[in-house]
Amino acid sequence: MTPAASQFKKNATALTADLRHRALIRTALKKYEVVRDDKVSRFQNWQSARQSAAEIKWDAVNHLDTHLVEFARNLEARGTQVHWASNAAQAREIIIGIIQERKAHSIIKSKVMTGEEIHLNDALEKAGFEVVESDLGEYIVQLRHEAPYHFVFPAMHLTRGEISDLFSKELGTAPTDSPEELTMIARRVLRDKYITADIGISGANFGIAETGMISITENEGNARLTCALPKVHIALMGIEKILPKLEDLALFLPMLATAGAGQVMTGYNTMYGGPRQPGEADGPEAFHVVLLDNNRTQLLADAEQRDALHCIRCGGCLNVCPIYKNIGGHAYGATYQGPIGAVITPHLRGLQQWKHLSFASSLCGACTQTCPVKIDLHHHLLQSRRNAIAQKPVWWEKPLFQALAFLFNHAGLFSLGMKLGRIGQVFHPLIKNTGIDPVRAWTRSRELPKVAPQTFREWWQTRK
Amino acid sequence: MVANPKMNERENILGRIREALSLPAPIPGAHHGEPSHPVSECDAAAHIPEWLPRVGVTFEEQIALFRTNATELKADFLLLDSQEELVAKLREIAAAEGWKKVATHSHELTDDACAALGLPMVRTDNGYEARDMESCDVGISACDALIAQTGSVLVTSQSAGGRALSVLPPHHVVLARREQLIADLPSAFALLKTKYASGYPSLISFITGPSRTGDIERILVLGAHGPKKLTILCV
Ligand code: SF4
Repeated sequence: MTPAASQFKKNATALTADLRHRALIRTALKKYEVVRDDKVSRFQNWQSARQSAAEIKWDAVNHLDTHLVEFARNLEARGTQVHWASNAAQAREIIIGIIQERKAHSIIKSKVMTGEEIHLNDALEKAGFEVVESDLGEYIVQLRHEAPYHFVFPAMHLTRGEISDLFSKELGTAPTDSPEELTMIARRVLRDKYITADIGISGANFGIAETGMISITENEGNARLTCALPKVHIALMGIEKILPKLEDLALFLPMLATAGAGQVMTGYNTMYGGPRQPGEADGPEAFHVVLLDNNRTQLLADAEQRDALHCIRCGGCLNVCPIYKNIGGHAYGATYQGPIGAVITPHLRGLQQWKHLSFASSLCGACTQTCPVKIDLHHHLLQSRRNAIAQKPVWWEKPLFQALAFLFNHAGLFSLGMKLGRIGQVFHPLIKNTGIDPVRAWTRSRELPKVAPQTFREWWQTRK
Repeated sequence: MVANPKMNERENILGRIREALSLPAPIPGAHHGEPSHPVSECDAAAHIPEWLPRVGVTFEEQIALFRTNATELKADFLLLDSQEELVAKLREIAAAEGWKKVATHSHELTDDACAALGLPMVRTDNGYEARDMESCDVGISACDALIAQTGSVLVTSQSAGGRALSVLPPHHVVLARREQLIADLPSAFALLKTKYASGYPSLISFITGPSRTGDIERILVLGAHGPKKLTILCV
């Protein structure tokens, strides 16, 4: 087993037995499906909306080269600098380069999942900069030196008590059990940061090829402030975030809101098409867009699973996943959790190291059914299992099936086996769930089914 | 060392993309059984209005829908009969909330209304100090449109006094005209395309309700970073 796999197994085993943790996830997600279904029902035709969204994304991803060229050209035409990064190291280097060139020191960040993917905060801190996350959930997990627990709700695993303790310890504030007061504490601290920060870093939910804009979806207004006050705005964006036309957003903005959090529209949906333009009151002097590949082209090359690049990161598949709901977000050990994480992580970070995530599924298909852009998530998990085995066959599988075939083809041997099983099960309780129990993997958490006192063949013979 | 590493990476990425795309992908949604409507490549956008939430055709229906959406979002929406009523309403809110300083920009709707308040003003038109705006009690701005379908206010850096005015002060008051009410999101994008044909503003934003967060135990709190209150006054 690879280190990532054994870590996952350890985490999952511990967390499924942690009832407090499970109760927390349940509370956090219990209303999700109800509010989402209410908003879905307001659509005249949600299923057709999904199909259209899938088609638009299909077009975007299957003509990615032309769309990206158009996107970059339109951005550059209005004074934006576009950078291309093949991997995480290049992206970090580009961003650090921009900051150093400006002789800047303090950075405010709104939520950037691609930033988590390339470990941007670590790199910025190592380079000597001060980085502050401004999304409330991200700010909380940053203070805890933790990774986000869910890519839409980063601090979903914490109670107000824990957050209050954290703020008391890190910020010296008085304890409180009111989410409102806790939010206001963060508001006060961060207000000052927006005003004093030299650089604002954001992600991008969509990149509009036709007009050369990025679109950011958020509820808090932190991205709006991050992109308004600092002198420089840097946006880090995965190359797959492209949409061909501006009006495509008319479909994607409400769908993202509905599928992600059961909202009609997210609080702020903002398109940025350049730095401050002549005649405008404010805005950054410079706007940089960093396009990140980081193995997305590898996923693109897998035609069968290419639709995983349609993902708009709504988080819907996490919210309905029975595995996510029991083990939570940190167990995966990956930037992108849940079903979509299990599909794309093996492509982004290596199939053999991350193939175990394809088994972190009950294959119930709830994710596929929920996905607003119709990604065939659970079938992709099966395909990854197949691909992993094809790439690196398991040596004992073939002899095992040969032995079984031999057994099934020899009636005498087969009935002897059944008899032995019947005798064996009498003594099994003596070793059940100990180190020498041959079926321990099963009996650890379940009862072994009983062998019937008489097989069908034996019964058939007595009947004659 | 390559002469221009930046150009090189661009070509590398595009090259990998082109190579990857030499294999065609299955048609979208194929695995879900028959698509719910015929797949018409690149024509998907044409049908968007038919899938989105329904909006009535009359002004009354649309204003009622906008009001319902705004109420659900905890925004205040008032339909007023005249410019005088709007000024009176604004003075009433100013008195009730004890405003001491106002941030705004120049526009035919905001000019008279803000002047009538008789309060110190920060105008964004010719640049401003961020701290100065931060200390304002309210940001008063115009907008491009009100969208009935979602209860959203459409603003841009050109129409609404820049980027920060609508998010930095703790209360955002939007002044709009009845004619600015539009039905749905597709019409909002159509409007943007015609209105800004000669060049888009650097920021376009759909504001849907006051700033909000659910990051602590998924409990709704208003005013996470942006305004705690959003008031829309329409004449
Ligand atoms: S795979 Fe689909 S459901 Fe999951 S996050 Fe992406 S878009 Fe949402």
